[in-house]
Amino acid sequence: MRHYLDHAASSPLRDEAREAMLAAWELTGNPSSLHGSGRRARSLLEDAREQLADAVDAHPGEVVFTSGGTEADHLVISGAAAWGAEHGRPRVAASAVEHPAVAHAVQALGGAGVRLPVDSDGVVHGEGLAQLPPDVGWASVMWVNNETGAIQPIDGFVEACRRAGVRAHSDAVQALGHVRCSFTASRLDALSLSAHKLGGPVGVGALVVRRNAPLAVVSHGGGQERRLRSGTVPVALAAGFAAAAAASVAELAAQAPRWAGLRQRLVDGLTAVGGVRVNGGAHTSPAICHVTVDGTRADDVLLLLDAAGIDCSTGSACTAGVHQPSEVVLAMGLGEEAATASVRFSLGHTTTAADVDALLAAWPDVVARARGARPTQPDPGETRAT
Amino acid sequence: MKVLVAMSGGVDSSVAAARLVADGHEVTGVHLALNRNPELYRSGSRGCCSLEDSHDARRVADTLGIPFYVWDFSDRFHDDVVTNFVAEYAAGRTPNPCLRCNEKIKFAAVLERGVALGFDAVATGHYARLERSGDEALLHRAADAAKDQSYVLGVLTQEQLRRSLFPLYGTVKADVRAEAEALGLRVASKPDSHDICFISDGDTAGFLTRALGERPGAIVDTEGAVVGEHAGTHRFTVGQRRGLRLGVPAIDGQPRYVLAIEPVTNTVTVGPHAGLAVTEIAGIRPTWAVADPRYGTWRGLLQVRAHGAPLPATIEADAAGVRITLDEPAFGIAPGQAAVTYDGDLVVGASTIAGAA
Repeated sequence: MRHYLDHAASSPLRDEAREAMLAAWELTGNPSSLHGSGRRARSLLEDAREQLADAVDAHPGEVVFTSGGTEADHLVISGAAAWGAEHGRPRVAASAVEHPAVAHAVQALGGAGVRLPVDSDGVVHGEGLAQLPPDVGWASVMWVNNETGAIQPIDGFVEACRRAGVRAHSDAVQALGHVRCSFTASRLDALSLSAHKLGGPVGVGALVVRRNAPLAVVSHGGGQERRLRSGTVPVALAAGFAAAAAASVAELAAQAPRWAGLRQRLVDGLTAVGGVRVNGGAHTSPAICHVTVDGTRADDVLLLLDAAGIDCSTGSACTAGVHQPSEVVLAMGLGEEAATASVRFSLGHTTTAADVDALLAAWPDVVARARGARPTQPDPGETRAT
Repeated sequence: MKVLVAMSGGVDSSVAAARLVADGHEVTGVHLALNRNPELYRSGSRGCCSLEDSHDARRVADTLGIPFYVWDFSDRFHDDVVTNFVAEYAAGRTPNPCLRCNEKIKFAAVLERGVALGFDAVATGHYARLERSGDEALLHRAADAAKDQSYVLGVLTQEQLRRSLFPLYGTVKADVRAEAEALGLRVASKPDSHDICFISDGDTAGFLTRALGERPGAIVDTEGAVVGEHAGTHRFTVGQRRGLRLGVPAIDGQPRYVLAIEPVTNTVTVGPHAGLAVTEIAGIRPTWAVADPRYGTWRGLLQVRAHGAPLPATIEADAAGVRITLDEPAFGIAPGQAAVTYDGDLVVGASTIAGAA
């Protein structure tokens, strides 16, 4: 039996989502069509939009369905830059620990990108926010970090943006269904969501965005979703997303303390082995536990746990399957070694105490073996000669 | 056994992995990422460490139902193999990077990491036969003489060989392809790689010139008379005949060959084919594939390049080095090449050629 502790990568499909999709797959019709079949599809799509809007505490008219969190982020970052270029605010600011969907979109802007520094917990500095340059049009700070689980100070971020006349976006892919997450109360201008992190299907997400938000259109075509996003909306996926979001938000009051208890058990057990540190500071998602294991390669820890039937993540991007040093850990100033020696465990709706206990049973031996496999001498491979 | 298979994405290591699975071993596949910029290296010909090869290896692992990972050894590879390759050419020698990779990466860094992680052995798709005799693992030539790769493994020590597996030892290449086909592996018809994996366009001279720059100098004959110019000694190897572009024809009208490369004076010496004849070879930094160093004087065979012929010789070895006297003169033996000694089909040891006369 495998123990799945990688819900932040993708969480198993919830029954509510499966049922909603099974019903929707039977439908014929494009929601943009004007005939009876089209109207039925449109009706189901709007049901999903309303259900999702309720789950995230937004107006249905603010929900733009996308193919996932990455597309939602792209619509904002690229749309913000294109709008700003025409309106004297060409720059886009983002925290140093953003998901690649935001980070790389900002990098692609070249000199127009502004990096907001973080502290050693990976939390955005107040000072960085207080000094937003005047030509910044939009800023983006994620709600919950996808690697460390650190919760960002969204209230302070929005406040700073308001003062500077900057529009505020947050990638809340790891937040909805895991921490309390209200679009209206947050006063954000835009929020990115993904279905499969909370038990919905892969391939659908949403940008929740104020109706007057200044974004240029960067996705051209039929303009199906408020002209901001083109392409036929997959009704069944949207229905599955909304059902999963509604269920996970409804359960949150019960799940959050349950996850917090499991996470504490994880923290205690993992750090019972020396040289293991938990990252992310005091305020993290109850569903994410990110540790640095001194003297190991994260790759080796993953391989050994994999062989023991436990799924976890090295938490950062891969290039052709090669684990890269974590940009998030580097931005936290924890050093190159920690950036290649950190693993993430993440919990979800199916996680049980047995999963956590299986990990903890394997942990001491896994750490010892992984330490034996990382050269003790400074690995010539770890420092690039050129 | 728990076996780690180095899967290049080629047909040989794929079939090696398949055989280990069929034999009931607990098999894990690793693809070694050796190039720092894999996407930059691929053009017409095949490099052994490109993105597509990693993908091919992964698909084979999927078919076999084994865990698969990519291990990044690009920095180690750069430092231990590529840098050494360039430095050896700069010093006027002719290195073999595949041998170096086996010595420093596959059967060293990878093997050590695998053993530390709990694996009993590392397997590759090399064609060579390991015979276990008591505690000793004896390395022999493969059954397929045309594919035999014992030479590039000749630098391995007992400690490394004891933890190695070469499942293809007794098979000819055509059968390996047929076996891959029967297993439904898409790599069955993938072409063999022949080039140096980090020089995917096959232009070694161009690669070295990019690394070392142009260093123009003189080409001289055995009397010291200047007969041409060159753009850098690293563009030459002992025994080379092509690309000399000599301005002065030889008096005897016979083709001329590179006889010596002297990087200090930046001189390439050319002469007639007879000038390449060598019977005495000095090898340094000896390693032993057999358990006990074969010191003293003994009769054996010498091989100096990957697909070279075995040459009968008298070998005299001690801890400092190896002196080899060939029965018949050999031609085109360059400093830097590995001298691998055999006793029949058994690999005895290897050393690096320091000089030949």
